Amino acid sequence: MRNRALPGFGLSLGVTLAWLGGIVLLPLAALAWKSASLGPATWWAQVSTRRVLHALSLSFGGALAAAVIDMLLGLLLAWVLVRHRFPLRRLCDALVDLPFALPTAVAGIALTALYAPEGWIGRWLQPLGVQVAYTRLGVLLAMVFVGLPFVVRTLQPVLESLEREPEEAALTLGAGPWQRFRRVLLPMLAPTLLTGFALALARAVGEYGSVIYISGNLPMRTEIVPLLIVQKLDSGGDTGPAAVLGAVMLAASLLVLLAVNALQRWNRRWTEAG
Amino acid sequence: MEAVLARPVYRRRSLASRLVRGLLTGVAVLCAALLLLLPLLVVFAEGLAHGWAVFVAAITDPDARTAVKLTLLVAAIAVPANMLFGLAAAWLMTHFEFRGKSLLGALIDLPFAVSPVVAGLVYVLTYGVHGWFGGWLDAHGLRVIFAVPGVVLATVFVAFPFVARELIPLMQSRGSEEEVAARTLGAGGWQIFFRVTLPRIRWALLYGVLLCSARSMGEFGAVSVVSGHLPGLTNTLPLQVDQVYNGGSGDAVASAFALASLLALLTLVTLVIKRLVEWRHGGELARAAARH
Repeated sequence: MRNRALPGFGLSLGVTLAWLGGIVLLPLAALAWKSASLGPATWWAQVSTRRVLHALSLSFGGALAAAVIDMLLGLLLAWVLVRHRFPLRRLCDALVDLPFALPTAVAGIALTALYAPEGWIGRWLQPLGVQVAYTRLGVLLAMVFVGLPFVVRTLQPVLESLEREPEEAALTLGAGPWQRFRRVLLPMLAPTLLTGFALALARAVGEYGSVIYISGNLPMRTEIVPLLIVQKLDSGGDTGPAAVLGAVMLAASLLVLLAVNALQRWNRRWTEAG
Repeated sequence: MEAVLARPVYRRRSLASRLVRGLLTGVAVLCAALLLLLPLLVVFAEGLAHGWAVFVAAITDPDARTAVKLTLLVAAIAVPANMLFGLAAAWLMTHFEFRGKSLLGALIDLPFAVSPVVAGLVYVLTYGVHGWFGGWLDAHGLRVIFAVPGVVLATVFVAFPFVARELIPLMQSRGSEEEVAARTLGAGGWQIFFRVTLPRIRWALLYGVLLCSARSMGEFGAVSVVSGHLPGLTNTLPLQVDQVYNGGSGDAVASAFALASLLALLTLVTLVIKRLVEWRHGGELARAAARH
């Protein structure tokens, strides 16, 4: 059933489907077809090498850890930006968009310059025995950087529109600040926090430009999956090995996307019920 | 009596809570400064670390100038293309009901969830030498991968959803009543679009176009896979930054940062315009509409 009162259904449907089909679906189908044509033996041979397993565990483990850190840091930032008034608040708010807007390659070399042993921050960490650049800590840092705005920007509008009554009720019932946060606010924010977490996770898993400079790309230590895909493509010839890893990454993205959709539906039901 | 007793207790608690507030604010500001502000500052500082001469030489290098031109060309194709798509998709998604609408909505968002490297890879598998259309293209003397068309396609892919995503929630929250009213008064389709719809969504459209162009000019991963890294031919500015950075000469890092500072400047301009639009026309953006 469509609204026949307005014109342009055929034209807008045609443009949308043609564009979506040509730009997104056709190339993705090429990846699905290529990786499906490769048989289980090739798949296993590609995925089970120690180098690939290492990269998979770093990409997914690192992204999970980064998304958890983003969730905590993002909650703090969003909370302070919405509920507190302080000088430079607008500047801080604008800075949150930086990881969205700064080209990833620029972010990558900038983070490397900061955290290299002789860098602005690295030189203070060096005497403490902490090395960030060219270690897994550096990979984690870059992943935290790119994911942070997703959590802050998802939380901000929800925090702003949150009704104060439940908190005030808790206050009059004698709840302390921590109790109000833990028992009243956190349950109300949980679906939004998880959405932000999933978005940050999706971004961190696939991130390439911000990570590859600070990681140093040491095989078996700081290589991420997207880097291996690029290497396998650069080595020329057969595109099969790259397609296998690409399919793994694509499947992971689709899973996260599904999770985000489910979370948003849950969130909507939650807010409508409340 | 009770009120008198309660007072000092209340005051003590508010002092403690003010301390906590101050502490939280301090930690948040410190995090923002260390994690977000320093990476931006270090780009300019490192770019100028070897003096003005190196900076100017880096950005006036012929390969760098070709890279800037290619970056602008790619954006000049990718942004209008995605803008037209975004307008069509928003019109479709907000004025009509049809089967598969929610699936279509999810598919529009899909490129945001895909890794940039995978975005490049899928184009290699489609148009590359061993790809679906590789043989046909080769037979006709056409090149997509390791050439400019591939760079354009990969950029269109990664910047795909920006405009649609900005317009759809806004137009959804406004409904179709005004368009239907214009229709019953005898307005044609294009007349409705230009006279009724466009004036109401122009700031959101500008906002989406802004985000779309920032992403188009800054994309690295996807473009890196399909470009072939040919300096002076298929290197966009981010790719040129990468190549100069890995070049290894004495001034390589400073030169790379000089080029990167052009991109950082672009980022600053984008953020300032974005703030201005949010500040002056916030009520006409999707973010604000979603809150009501």
